[in-house]
Amino acid sequence: MTWEAVVGLEVHVQLLTRTKMFCGCSSRFGDPPNTNVCPVCLGLPGALPAPNEQAVRLAVRAALALGCTVHARSIFARKNYFYPDLPKGYQISQFEEPLATGGALEIVSPERGPLTVRIKRLHLEEDAGKSFHDRVPGKTAVDFNRSGVPLVEIVSEPDLRSPAEARAYLTALKQVLKYVEVSDCNMEEGSLRVDANLSIRPAGSSELRTRTEVKNMNSFSGVERALTAERARQIAATERGEKIEQRTMLFDAGSGEVRPMRSKEESHDYRYFPEPDIPPLVLSEAWRAKEAQALPELPAAKRERFERSFGLAAAESAVVTATAAIADYFEGFAAKLGANAGKEAWNWVANDLLSLSPDGETIPLPADLAAEVVELVRSAKVSRQAAKRVLAELGAAPADTALAVAQRLGLLQVSDTGAIEGWVWQTLDAHGAEVARYKSGETKLMGFLVGQVMKRSAGQADPKVVNAALQKALKD
Amino acid sequence: MTDFRAAAKGAAARIAACEGKGTHAFLAWSEAALLEQADALAASPAAAAGALAGEVVAVKDVIADATFTTTCGSKILEGWRSPFEATAVRRLREAGAIVAGKTACDEFAMGSSTEWCAYGPARNPVEPSRVPGGSSGGSAAAVAAGAVTMALGSETGGSVRQPAAFCGVVGIKPTYGRVSRYGLVGFGSSLDQIGTFGKDVASAARLLAAISGRDDRDGTTLDRIPLGEPGPAAASLAGTVIGVPREYFPEGLHAGVHEATRRALERMKELGAEVRGVSLPHTKYAVPTYYIVAPAEASSNLARYDGVRYGPRDGGVADVRAMFRSTRGRGFGPEVRRRILLGTYVLSAGYYDAYYRKAQRVRELIRADFARVFGAGVHALFTPTTPTPAFKFGENVADPLAMYLSDIFVCTANLAWVPALSLPIGRDAGLPIGGQLIGPMEGEGTIIRVAQALEQALDAAAEVR
Repeated sequence: MTWEAVVGLEVHVQLLTRTKMFCGCSSRFGDPPNTNVCPVCLGLPGALPAPNEQAVRLAVRAALALGCTVHARSIFARKNYFYPDLPKGYQISQFEEPLATGGALEIVSPERGPLTVRIKRLHLEEDAGKSFHDRVPGKTAVDFNRSGVPLVEIVSEPDLRSPAEARAYLTALKQVLKYVEVSDCNMEEGSLRVDANLSIRPAGSSELRTRTEVKNMNSFSGVERALTAERARQIAATERGEKIEQRTMLFDAGSGEVRPMRSKEESHDYRYFPEPDIPPLVLSEAWRAKEAQALPELPAAKRERFERSFGLAAAESAVVTATAAIADYFEGFAAKLGANAGKEAWNWVANDLLSLSPDGETIPLPADLAAEVVELVRSAKVSRQAAKRVLAELGAAPADTALAVAQRLGLLQVSDTGAIEGWVWQTLDAHGAEVARYKSGETKLMGFLVGQVMKRSAGQADPKVVNAALQKALKD
Repeated sequence: MTDFRAAAKGAAARIAACEGKGTHAFLAWSEAALLEQADALAASPAAAAGALAGEVVAVKDVIADATFTTTCGSKILEGWRSPFEATAVRRLREAGAIVAGKTACDEFAMGSSTEWCAYGPARNPVEPSRVPGGSSGGSAAAVAAGAVTMALGSETGGSVRQPAAFCGVVGIKPTYGRVSRYGLVGFGSSLDQIGTFGKDVASAARLLAAISGRDDRDGTTLDRIPLGEPGPAAASLAGTVIGVPREYFPEGLHAGVHEATRRALERMKELGAEVRGVSLPHTKYAVPTYYIVAPAEASSNLARYDGVRYGPRDGGVADVRAMFRSTRGRGFGPEVRRRILLGTYVLSAGYYDAYYRKAQRVRELIRADFARVFGAGVHALFTPTTPTPAFKFGENVADPLAMYLSDIFVCTANLAWVPALSLPIGRDAGLPIGGQLIGPMEGEGTIIRVAQALEQALDAAAEVR
């Protein structure tokens, strides 16, 4: 039997606010433990939460960017459980009546091509603190700096069919959220966290079988590996005739295996109920419309526009729209290269300039400098090959002009016909025998003669000019 | 010019006398702290000109204050010194008042007699064999004993009005959202509201005016012009319609209580008020509804007392779950444990719809009862505050239901968010009896005006039969 996986993802994303969700403490990552805390985020007796307007705005931006319906009225709810890093004994989240529902994300599946993944809901919540079990021997240390940092949880419908598709979804989601500047989506710093639900079924069937939840994944590739392991485990168990139990599996990145969480740890009844300390969140039609209008062009729209305006193929367009910064760069650069230079600009960006990026997010070399280099190639002052070295050098020290760098590196081509003709006549004089053989029909000696001229020019002659001059001289 | 030091010294002497009689109204107070505050206020021109300049106000121990401990009458917060003060406390200090100290209450405000205070109960200054009521019993007793003329209490289900009635003082529970809850330790957040006590209606009303108003730290506060100072007592109630809900006068109501309310209604008629019989048909569901909503919210609000960040911790156990269990098991008293269990149960998967959701629906019906009556021309409702005068120590401790039923006439106003007050309307066998005025949403002004007129026209110290 052929099996297919059915996967849905729950993604937690930290919002790029200056302060926390319900108090004025800084939400900065990496500060000394327990320095960004106050009565509210420590859950001291009598403290009350007051929602952060900027967090609401960013959550709404995320929801709109994902095509969700943002509701005029949503309510906060308490999710109750005991844990040392959860200061109030409950997390303020949303449950019934979330901020937004019913969105969609376009992804490119490695197996099925372009497809739409439905977003079930997006809601606001606060983060918990962080427990450290390895800092003090025999004790647990708790840092509450993260306590109360605003998050959105984005829940997909079970529309994904493989671990690779799950990864493609995450890549696309991260791209959209970064485009709208809602989150930096940094999995290492924990600003993006993923839990996955997976079940299997006979390929092509439409049933939904018992699913498991997979947790503890620290990278997109980890998600793919974890889901591959869990899919294999479920297939093997099912083929042995075992039943899949609904439970939580933990991924071990070291061994690449998944193991079940102790059932004691997962038997939570969160006793959700509406948060009585916060009135319903009411967002006017006008406010929501204003936020929708303030959205930048999203990746899918940008890709399509680039295909149309610059004559790019879909895959090419995707490369230069990877981030908003790269897309802006590409557009500015293409404009500098002149009308109808889209494809030429793409070649430079994709083949030369992106390799200068330390993180794949931005291109460090200013576009006008890069355009100078293109101009040197166009005017045959440097070769296409040499241009790569000029770009690299400029990337490291963008203070120079392109011409100065080419000069310093000795990469300028000589295309002065007078100088080249001199080298040509010297060559023909020195190689009389080869010239005679060439003239009697051995035309393949042309390559040898060009090489000799280049040698006399110490490699700086423009090969095209050399060729033309040689042809002319040999005819005479 | 207010002499803050003299005010502090006078208060210290009166508190010492009150406590010397074994009232145990206070869990924390000191003359030194009073004088220190007096000196700070004397240095502030704004405080000297404040509406409460030189007043000394006792504060219930569930309200955070940075000068004294805030234990909530519980062992689980033994010695807890809050790093911040409640908005209400800050406002009364800004108005020039001195905080007298922290008063005894039932643990986390759960109780109707202060017998559930982990540091010992307060006594009723009128009759020491009787409870002062609760949960704000210490604040009511402090006013009744003459230690202070004003005090802050808190209500979740009548915890200001019931002890006010038992001790023969005035207690006001404002409209939900009138006073910031920031710094009021949460019990049932959708019901909780800080209330005020006074030796008379004007004192309680003045204190309420000083602490009311919008607070950005509490999103549930009303965005309204704060309440003003009370005016002089009116000599007439002409044009005022007083509704008398029949559900608050059941068969077998205590004869003294019945007679006292009848007499008060007569006085109001004599003052020109129109008295009209009305019905609030869902009243009978108020106590069961209250005992689902309040414990549910309490079970969540009290989850933070886990021994991790503050309060005593039982560290001699194997793991963190055991630490939580042991710390909470030892730190909370029996009534608090009972309500946490009850609240956890009604919020549990499979029971939520049958209990919590249904209770919220019934709550809407109770609210609609009030809205209908007030929409039909009634300005205020008049009822007894409690079914009986103050009961004896030990009388209801073993019977939680009997204890809960002492709040049967007061918990409706908390469920419906409407303002209500209790004022003394006579005595029976020496024990004070309270009459309750309930107003429409934001109708504090009306019930205070009626209460002032009635207070002037009644001899509340007289035996009613």
